[in-house]
Amino acid sequence: MGFLLASVTDGLLIGFVYGVAAMGLTLIWGVMDVINLSHGPIITLGMFGVYLLFTGPLGLNPYLALLFVALGGLLFGILVYFIAVHRVIGASHLSTLLATYAVNMIIIGIGTAIFTASPRNVEFNMGRLTFGNVTLLGTRVIAAVASVLVSAGLYLFLYKTRPGRYIRAVANNKDAAELMGVPSMQILALSFGLGTMLAAISGALIATFFPFTILAGGAYELKSFVISVLGGLGNPIGALYGGLILGVLEGIIPTFMETTWVPVVEFVLFVLILLVRPQGLLGVKK
Amino acid sequence: MKYKDINLGLVLPILIIVLLGAWPIISQKDINRETIFTIILFMGLASSLNIFLGYTGYVSFGHVVYFGLGGYVGFYFMSAQGQSIWIAMLTGGLASGLLAFLLGKAILRLRGGYFALATIGVNEAVRAFINNFDLFGGPIGMTLNFKVYKAYGGAAKSLWMAYYLLIATVLLVIVVSYLVRTSKFGLGLLAIREDEDAAEVMGVRAPDAKTWAYVLSAIFPGILGALFFFKNGAIEPVPAFRLSMSIEMIVMVMLGGQGTVLGPLLGAAGYQWMRGFLLTNSFFKNIQLAVAGGLLLVIVLFVPGGVIGWLRKQIPGLRRVLQ
Amino acid sequence: MKRSLIFIISLLMVFSVVLAACQPAPEPTKAPEVKPTSAPATVKTEEVAQPTEEAKPVETEEVPEVKEVTAVIGFTTSQTGKYNVSSTRQVSGLRLWMKDVNDAGGIVLSDGTVIKFSEVTYDDESNTDRVQELYTRIATEDGADFLISPYSSGLTAASSIIAEQYGKIMITTGAASDANYKQGYTSVYQAYTPASRYLTGAVDLLGKLDPDAKKVAFVYENSKFSTAVVVAAKDYAVEQGYDVVLYEGYDPETTDFGPFINKIVDAGPDAILGGGHFQDGSTFARQIYDKNIAIKFMTLLVAPPEPDFADLGEAALGVIGPSQWEPLAAFTPESAEQAGLEWFGLTGDKFVEEYVAAYGEDPSYHSAGGYAAGMILQKAIMDADSMDFEKVKAALDGVDMLTFYGHIKFDTSEEAHGLQLGHSMVYIQWQKDADGNLVKQVVWPEEGATAEPLYPLH
Repeated sequence: MGFLLASVTDGLLIGFVYGVAAMGLTLIWGVMDVINLSHGPIITLGMFGVYLLFTGPLGLNPYLALLFVALGGLLFGILVYFIAVHRVIGASHLSTLLATYAVNMIIIGIGTAIFTASPRNVEFNMGRLTFGNVTLLGTRVIAAVASVLVSAGLYLFLYKTRPGRYIRAVANNKDAAELMGVPSMQILALSFGLGTMLAAISGALIATFFPFTILAGGAYELKSFVISVLGGLGNPIGALYGGLILGVLEGIIPTFMETTWVPVVEFVLFVLILLVRPQGLLGVKK
Repeated sequence: MKYKDINLGLVLPILIIVLLGAWPIISQKDINRETIFTIILFMGLASSLNIFLGYTGYVSFGHVVYFGLGGYVGFYFMSAQGQSIWIAMLTGGLASGLLAFLLGKAILRLRGGYFALATIGVNEAVRAFINNFDLFGGPIGMTLNFKVYKAYGGAAKSLWMAYYLLIATVLLVIVVSYLVRTSKFGLGLLAIREDEDAAEVMGVRAPDAKTWAYVLSAIFPGILGALFFFKNGAIEPVPAFRLSMSIEMIVMVMLGGQGTVLGPLLGAAGYQWMRGFLLTNSFFKNIQLAVAGGLLLVIVLFVPGGVIGWLRKQIPGLRRVLQ
Repeated sequence: MKRSLIFIISLLMVFSVVLAACQPAPEPTKAPEVKPTSAPATVKTEEVAQPTEEAKPVETEEVPEVKEVTAVIGFTTSQTGKYNVSSTRQVSGLRLWMKDVNDAGGIVLSDGTVIKFSEVTYDDESNTDRVQELYTRIATEDGADFLISPYSSGLTAASSIIAEQYGKIMITTGAASDANYKQGYTSVYQAYTPASRYLTGAVDLLGKLDPDAKKVAFVYENSKFSTAVVVAAKDYAVEQGYDVVLYEGYDPETTDFGPFINKIVDAGPDAILGGGHFQDGSTFARQIYDKNIAIKFMTLLVAPPEPDFADLGEAALGVIGPSQWEPLAAFTPESAEQAGLEWFGLTGDKFVEEYVAAYGEDPSYHSAGGYAAGMILQKAIMDADSMDFEKVKAALDGVDMLTFYGHIKFDTSEEAHGLQLGHSMVYIQWQKDADGNLVKQVVWPEEGATAEPLYPLH
């Protein structure tokens, strides 16, 4: 059973990155009650951002490229907010789901036309450390550390800065926040931008160790749903725990049953938690 | 006067299906049958979804699970048990209805986005389960031997028969949709859509009403799934539980106008026409997906009521007709 | 007054919906013009010029009419969705064949009829929803005489029913699953080596390389194609006396193979066989490399033969993959003579040269499969000396030839009619050339090998 330790380590490391992806989804959900169905393609855009900067004429180091991808993600999110989301804020869930799904179609459609569906790989390596059964991969360790830093940054931003407090105020009660003079439109746009920025960052980190195609984001979008629910929908920091839980589950399940059952367990758990503990596994009942 | 209005609300949708459906029969052209089959299939799926989504306002995002499950159960009876298409349709519809009943009791307690997410989860869980379920062929799926069609007089006759069965099923969907819409039961559903808590106060037994609407809207996709995969000749987990098909159904309901009997029909026809046009137009075909997304976005943002909602706003006199 | 207005509007609406639904048939997509290469063009003029000059005096005395007919070939292409890359390459190969035949003056039958080919195609979006509708349109409205399958076994299953129903011959390519040819179809013919024989050669290769390596792990994507391949390969391996230490699938949506690989390591195999499609195959190969797993031999489906697999860099080195065809595979008129088979069509070098000139990229085995599907049809029409359904079908049943793509022969039994019997896989391995660049080498079967296999892997 030595490989249990190895699998849990693998699961934990990737769990941090899953957590960042889900954080973006859950932040947008918490602030504006929107399920962002363009989440997956935006993760893919993050991957392609690193790929293009790394393989392009600049040959940027992936971690340097990450900074550009993050900035790009923020701006892109704000743009998407004003084009597609702003008009349907407060409308039925049907409208927001379809509006973000339309963005999804647009990104995938243009992306397939430009890049085709063939796989891309960022050939980049940061060495590895081996302890017995456990192999720590440089790129994965760095990705996990970067994810922790991003989460810490998000926490500080939400709790220690004025725009951050505004975001939490709008999440709690939009009308009351507006009465208190919080510029809700800017805050919503900023939140959406932050959400897509987190998605793009996670995509950029994943691109350093997995090959991907233009359609690769879909799997991470579904995982983000599961993680958000594990950590409590609307709770960005909970999403990090959710990511770790999912990562560990993915590590442990194959040790005692066939790997193909992993998604069955994941999604059954997902539905059960929605039913029994909608505030998340670690959440406090409101 | 009133009598006539009520009839128009039902007669109009039926007329659409009958006229559309008659066209391939009159022209006796197979390609017309195939084109109309796709359109009417989606009309049926969109109308079934509308019975739940349109009337109660709950967004069932993973509704394709009932299409896929019905297809699988029906297919199993045809290929492994050698049963007829009739049995397949019956068992497919029953299986879907049963799953909806069991699930409905639980997940219909969730509201808004939580419910939408749960339905996605259900679809993915069922797909992943069937991918591991050896009785249904696991990842390989099942294939229908060509001999099966001989029992119905060969492939040509089978395809025509599937077509007639489709029309009959979809007509039934429309009648049910109309009956629900005009009944007291439907009124309760609409009340839930407007304000669920208020509806309960007013004496609507919301959990029961929602569950039965959910079950009704799941049975028909199950029947249609059995029919579609009979015609398709093979079934596999990925095409049977394709989440994007679910979203297409929602788009059609929304495009035509949710909560109306006629809307989903218009939406399905309009959507299929648009996709057909974009797919084959030499200018758009390489970026057809992006263009379709752009059109969808424009509609969601600017015409949220769909065709029916828009018409009703423009011409108040139509309100009574466009149920 | 008002009520009649409403009634009229309602009727108009019904009418418009019906009209919208009965829209005119969409325009079939036009094939993008294949850039004419200079070489074949000159060949063409010479070929055309010579016979006409010689034949002129004879022809003027006899019947002057040369009947030219156009045979329409119908198929769908996955222009969007997950099969986009493979399907596009397959269609590129088919179009190159069509251009070659037409440029060479078409097929001339004994009664003087000249057959030229044209195509009709639509986008199937990589999903089954509209495949039957599109194939019915192709078979009836567009008047296709022959059909080529879509890419993938799933889409092909749906289109086979239509081919059978309208009595059209369909050559399938990119559709390896055996099951489709055991459903009682009589006019569907497979150009690919069936899934059941995809990995058996890899087992033979392992046996040859290292008789002591007895522990094998079969790990595969839990999807239709790869499961069908691995089920057959496992039975074969057990027959050969191998010890299957792990036999397990992974979900198609798997992103991280870490835990799965740990499980493989725990089982301690000498060799790994399996895989699925491109995305998971490349991810799997990269993670095996990144984790520095001590594996002696690894064969994966689909991904390794693709030229893009080289993007993995070091992680690609030593990975073996089964391929329907490779540019290096040396099937020549000479080898046909040795094997006592009839040689047909152009050489592999010529195919690669024409393909690169036309599309600016190296052909993959999907491209070769597309070209071969066309050639099979061409050969059958020539043998039948007619385009008549029954005659061409009889000719296909009798096809037994060697082409640049390999040996072609079909099963004619009632149970598995149309199943490919002649063709077999070649196995490639990524190796480094003298300059340190990654190149594909054929390592199996021995008679076609271009390099010694790299063994053990890590």
